[in-house]
Amino acid sequence: MAREPGRRNVLRRHPILSGLAVLIVGFVAWSSVNSYLHRPEHENIAPVEATPAIAHLQPVAAFASLPDDASRSVALFNEAGRVIQHPRCMNCHPVGDRPTQGDRMTPHEPWVTRGSDGNGAPGLECKTCHGFSNFEPSGVPGDPHWALAPASMAWQGKTLGEICRQIKDRTRNGDRNLNDLVHHMAEDGLVGWAWNPGGDRTPAPGTQEEFGALIRAWVETGAECPADASAALRR
Amino acid sequence: MRYTLNINGASHGVDAEPDMPLLWVLRDFLGLTGTKYGCGVAQCGACTVHVDGEPRRSCSLPISALDGAVTTIEGASGPVAEALQAAWVARDVPQCGFCQSGQLMSAIALINAVPRPDDDDINAAMNGNICRCGTYMRIRAAIKDAAAAAGG
Repeated sequence: MAREPGRRNVLRRHPILSGLAVLIVGFVAWSSVNSYLHRPEHENIAPVEATPAIAHLQPVAAFASLPDDASRSVALFNEAGRVIQHPRCMNCHPVGDRPTQGDRMTPHEPWVTRGSDGNGAPGLECKTCHGFSNFEPSGVPGDPHWALAPASMAWQGKTLGEICRQIKDRTRNGDRNLNDLVHHMAEDGLVGWAWNPGGDRTPAPGTQEEFGALIRAWVETGAECPADASAALRR
Repeated sequence: MRYTLNINGASHGVDAEPDMPLLWVLRDFLGLTGTKYGCGVAQCGACTVHVDGEPRRSCSLPISALDGAVTTIEGASGPVAEALQAAWVARDVPQCGFCQSGQLMSAIALINAVPRPDDDDINAAMNGNICRCGTYMRIRAAIKDAAAAAGG
């Protein structure tokens, strides 16, 4: 097959052009590799995994073998804490004015604020979207008393011991005595919603009846609170 | 099931399933298409109507739970609504317009509750109404104009 002397001659006759062409091709290749290596980082969003529902809390009888009322009381509250610190409860006990939502406790969308009374801001109150019961077609949860817990009852980010002392403190718990607390935990309808959350929300562990029994037993054993790790270190 | 509804001052009888959202009763049964379907999950505010004067997302309100008189954008009236309408026109607020009936229903409720809303009031009340055209600054300005014009 005949060679193509003309093309080789062109390269020989225009060494600068040829050099430029090589440089351009090289630059394009380099920048492609460089942009690939330095491509923008993508955001790693963890897949939403279903949180397993916990069918039962440990019954009060499970703590009978503990040696004294005080340790039994703390153990009972720790067990009840599995409910108290569950997203179904914590989401509406935020620190600050904005609730969280979902099993991952992400900031509430749309952006809402507690307003003056925990029922939302004028023009965008909780009831603007939340009705008296869960509405499955849209997945919006509801309850007749849907509202944020008062700021004095903020739980998020606190230890169970801190929450325990807060729950007992009448200046922060809505002036409830211990019997009122038992009633609130065991029978309140909005608390009960946590076990009937609708949509794809994971219910709180166990049942409200089991939870109420734990709280009642906790009160009967002296309503002792778990020590905080930090408090233990200070001793 | 048969329901009798008070919509924009008139009584309407409809046969609907108990869990049918009010939005679809308004649009499909009564032809009141000013109220828009945006997301269907109470995230965008396009379907906002008033029930006894208070804003509600009609996509998430089952007809069986309706507990008051409904006002849609077609029935919005009074000094606040008129002031907002004038401000909306003067400011050329709507772009594509899809979200605007919901925006207006929320704005009416806001001014009724807070006659002279400041930026924080507007943010807090209007955050549930999304505008894909990004007319938020005009909405804010028009709400302030309307509040002043309505004498708040």
